[in-house]
Amino acid sequence: MKILVAVKRVTDPDARIRLNADATGIDMTGVEYKVNPFCENAVEGALQLRDAAGGEVVVVSIGPEEVDTYIRTGLAMGGDRGIRVPLEDENLDSDVVARVLAALVAKEEPELVMLGKQAIDGDNNQVAQLLAGYLGWPQACFASEIALSDDQQSAEVTREVDGGLEVLNVGLPAVISADLRLNEPRYASLPGIMKAKRKTIDVYEAADLGVDTTVKVRVLKLESPPERAAGIKVDSVDDLLGKLRNEAKAL
Amino acid sequence: MTQKDPQFTEDHGIFRTAFRKYVENELAPHVDSWEKEKIFPREVFTDMGQRGYLGMRYPVELGGSGLDYWFTVVYAEELVRCGCAGVPMALMVQTDMATPVIEDLGTEEQKQEFLMPAITGEKVAALGVSEPNAGSDVAGIQTTARRDGDDYIINGAKTFITNGTRADFVTLLVRTGDQPGYGSISIFLFPTDTKGFSVSKKLEKIGNHSSDTAELVFEDCRVPARYLLGQENMGFYYLMRNFQGERLIGSVSAMAGSKLNMERTLEYCSDRKAFGRPVSKFQTSRHLFAEMATRIEAGQRLAYHAADLYDRKIEAVKEISMAKLYCGETSCWVADRCLQLHGGWGYMDEYQVSRAWRDSRLVTIGGGTSEVMREIISKCMGV
Repeated sequence: MKILVAVKRVTDPDARIRLNADATGIDMTGVEYKVNPFCENAVEGALQLRDAAGGEVVVVSIGPEEVDTYIRTGLAMGGDRGIRVPLEDENLDSDVVARVLAALVAKEEPELVMLGKQAIDGDNNQVAQLLAGYLGWPQACFASEIALSDDQQSAEVTREVDGGLEVLNVGLPAVISADLRLNEPRYASLPGIMKAKRKTIDVYEAADLGVDTTVKVRVLKLESPPERAAGIKVDSVDDLLGKLRNEAKAL
Repeated sequence: MTQKDPQFTEDHGIFRTAFRKYVENELAPHVDSWEKEKIFPREVFTDMGQRGYLGMRYPVELGGSGLDYWFTVVYAEELVRCGCAGVPMALMVQTDMATPVIEDLGTEEQKQEFLMPAITGEKVAALGVSEPNAGSDVAGIQTTARRDGDDYIINGAKTFITNGTRADFVTLLVRTGDQPGYGSISIFLFPTDTKGFSVSKKLEKIGNHSSDTAELVFEDCRVPARYLLGQENMGFYYLMRNFQGERLIGSVSAMAGSKLNMERTLEYCSDRKAFGRPVSKFQTSRHLFAEMATRIEAGQRLAYHAADLYDRKIEAVKEISMAKLYCGETSCWVADRCLQLHGGWGYMDEYQVSRAWRDSRLVTIGGGTSEVMREIISKCMGV
């Protein structure tokens, strides 16, 4: 089975981020990138399926040359080869990403596409759904468990929804997005890192793939959330009830 | 330590990210209990061995990855994130103190029997140099190996041995002749299941609690001559060479630990208020942080310079000794100042700074004291 899995770099979630001068993005001075954690679950999920069913895992990312390191990390974890489509972050929205991935699917013809359920920077949670729409494939988003059928024609996907679990049976090819509980991503081993050096990362220009890269969403302005004001201490429960009732109007 | 250093390639970066995650997820959460138990599980060795983390620089044929010294630098720098110095020390003894000499000098048979299982983590290694009556004065050791037919009979005692309570073999320094001083010293690979060997005491220490330290006794231990490493009576020279790697990784680790300690202290001082403002905003604190950052940077650069020479196989005894001296003293000073910045809380076990303070005290002693370093440096200078 051939699986295409996409990884995205995000700003380090532990860094204290500031807005850039014209408030249209993040000031990246001194801030490092990391791989989106949900994407690591997607890679791990793809590797586990391949290890069980045989086949190939192709690790894909969209971005400048620097994102090669995240593809290479996927290869060090066990991915077979990589593809990068060079586009700058400023010129991307969920829809462009979905269209690029759809073009790669047309080229690579995988039986399964795996993605993280969302990226922890924009938190858009759109690419998997849009991609499935463009491809006309079934989608199973927020997967916490995946079981491939014996004939590899379908997959039973458990997804976490409000109030419980939903089990879907999707025919392949399909798009599956990974939740954190799907698995625990493996650590790249040193032999894995050494092997990854010899694996190829192909670079495909969006234009050559025939993708229209016009964005549908433009960020006009970002605003930092208001600074949290200091709390107060109350002397008694009555005092607290009074304030909740009269000032906060919470009761 | 930063990606700006050109010696760190993409591969070093991938390893750093993966290994940091490993240390933070698989080691750090357990360190508090390991510190109490005064040991950590053996599975840490086998688990790390399986992932190739214990044999980075050793040849692929022996189960290693054949990598450069900068991978070892990354390994030492990330290990400190487990939150103590004991576990890193035990692991560095395994990878960089007790085994490099086997790769250097060992026969094929010795590498198969000792080095390969150390790389997989199946065998735990210890380095046996110090004795109750000889530490810095290495030439003063009294443990003897006397030839008897095809065997040697070993008698004596070793102390302060990291991994000592559970080591499967000891890279052991002994006296093989009557010549005084360093003329008749040899190294043996000593399996601890040899009859007559015993662990006489598990030692209690100021710090590095999660690592076990032992006193070892050898009573008429008969080992075959094939366990002699390299040539007889050349042990002192081999050991001096082996010390270089030990001191270098100790320096790198000390600066990485100091940097982490400083960063955590800065976080604490930014939150902690006194006289109406964060402690970090007082000029006395700000200048102290500036001074600490500068000394750590200087120590790290000195260690990197020595590492660069070492990696290119250029003689670097002076530079490594300088790094060991400076990084050791600096890490004690930084740990002490960080504790001071925590005030009363620094004296409590609740904050890691107290552990860092206890652990740091070893760095100016272990692997050669600061005094010995000054001795070596002055000799290199010809004074």
